[in-house]
Amino acid sequence: MPTTYFQRSGLRRYLNETGEVWLFAQRFFREAVRRPFEWRELLNQCFIVGNQSLFLVGMTGLIMGLVLTLQTRPTMEDFGAEAYMPAMVGVSIIREIGPVIVALICAGKIGSSIGAELGSMKVTEQIAAMEVSGTNPFKYLVVTRILATTLMVPLLVIFGDAVALFGSYLVEHMKGDVSFQLFFNKVFRQLSFSDLVPATIKTFFFGFAIGLIGCYKGYHSRKGTAGVGRAANTAVVVASMLLFVLDFIAVLVADIFFDL
Amino acid sequence: MEPLIHIDNLNKSFGEQHVLNGFHLDLFEGENLVIVGKSGSGKSVLLKCIVRLLEADSGVLEVLGKSIPELNQYEMDRLRTEVGFLFQGSALYDSMTVRENLEFPLRRHPEKMAGQDVESLIVSTLESVGLAHTIGLMPEELSGGMQRRIALARTLILRPRIILYDEPTSGLDPITAKEIIELMLKAQREYQTSALIITHDMDCARVIANRMIILIDGRNYAEGSYEALSALPDPRVQAFFK
Ligand SMILES: Nc1ncnc2c1ncn2[C@@H]1O[C@H](COP(=O)(O)OP(=O)(O)O)[C@@H](O)[C@H]1O
Ligand SMILES: [Mg+2]
Repeated sequence: MPTTYFQRSGLRRYLNETGEVWLFAQRFFREAVRRPFEWRELLNQCFIVGNQSLFLVGMTGLIMGLVLTLQTRPTMEDFGAEAYMPAMVGVSIIREIGPVIVALICAGKIGSSIGAELGSMKVTEQIAAMEVSGTNPFKYLVVTRILATTLMVPLLVIFGDAVALFGSYLVEHMKGDVSFQLFFNKVFRQLSFSDLVPATIKTFFFGFAIGLIGCYKGYHSRKGTAGVGRAANTAVVVASMLLFVLDFIAVLVADIFFDL
Repeated sequence: MEPLIHIDNLNKSFGEQHVLNGFHLDLFEGENLVIVGKSGSGKSVLLKCIVRLLEADSGVLEVLGKSIPELNQYEMDRLRTEVGFLFQGSALYDSMTVRENLEFPLRRHPEKMAGQDVESLIVSTLESVGLAHTIGLMPEELSGGMQRRIALARTLILRPRIILYDEPTSGLDPITAKEIIELMLKAQREYQTSALIITHDMDCARVIANRMIILIDGRNYAEGSYEALSALPDPRVQAFFK
């Protein structure tokens, strides 16, 4: 039988894998609600996720705020609109730039480390060892990690947003002599419910996607050290792409519900 | 006497590659049954089918009187606590200390504590493998032989009735290998376990085997005591004893 284009192309493998990730996600929801819960490991993972990326998110956030403000300010000055700087920067950071940049950083930092960790546990048969001792590795390793990223990425985004706004304030203070109070007053006066809610909700999905892809890639890692490297690498690539897709969907949905 | 493990006409393929072709065995109480075979002959696959890490394609597979393919997940997990598994590479949890490695299965099977507290069970199990002083160490701080002992302790702590050893002496120097064999015999005396041991180390087989099966082409090629098999003129059998 001659092979069709469909069989030869990566499309088939791609669709296959999408289906498997979907099944993996379903298993997550089934096992997440089934007792007993691994509370201690969940707390531990939350701490690891937060601790791993706090510094990175802070640095990126600060630079993001500084650069965004420095680059936009001259144009706004040309229009005589520099008084609107805090409002504009605030909206763009909180609605779009903050969530996306922080989630990308987390995909790189957390996604790869989950992929590598579970991948090496897989190839050294530690996951199999858990299974044969009658314990549930999916619950201990996967459920805790996905929950941890789902809970922690939104917090990291809030932290990143705050630092970015602070960076923006520093520039405004130096260039325009704007006081701390005035700056943040202007930021928050401009922000509405329809800015905050969708922006916050989507970060939970971002966190879920990062944990899901990292765990899936690690849990299904191929044999050998090359397999572990691939698991970490593809976890980052796939999670990053998925973040943009989710972001696009989030914008569409928000557009419908909040009539922006 | 009812066998603890009863396998008949077991088949397992990966695509076109037929790994097990009608393999059969019976493991009886108190016995050390050794299976030898070349590397890649499907020995690990056989052990993994027994604990359902892999699903056999067809055949009879009974452990402690229960048919493995028919058990649900809960029953299977219960049964797995009765069957210890020592992996080829020890497979210690490398992000946990020795104490946590032993604690991990125990905490999740409190019914296995038999009224004792976790701490004293961990200490007494570590003592029985001679490594009580390593309790606070990480796996990477241990030598290969010590890792193998801790892996055995992690298995013994659930007091299994059967232990499956996948090449327990591979990758170890001859002296350490001898120590591991001694320890396996000791574990058998102290914990009254029966064992299915996979190896291509004939020194190990000679010391420990009550009975041996030679696995070639996915079938039982020859069977008998170490002495009986070593006296067989068949060149494919002799190849193992050279
Ligand atoms: N999960 C698997 N998928 C595909 N092939 C496998 C798998 N596990 C083992 N095999 C193949 O089965 C054969 C027997 O493997 P194994 O039982 O590990 O050999 P050994 O006797 O050295 O332990 C090997 O050729 C291996 O490639
Ligand atoms: Mg093997």
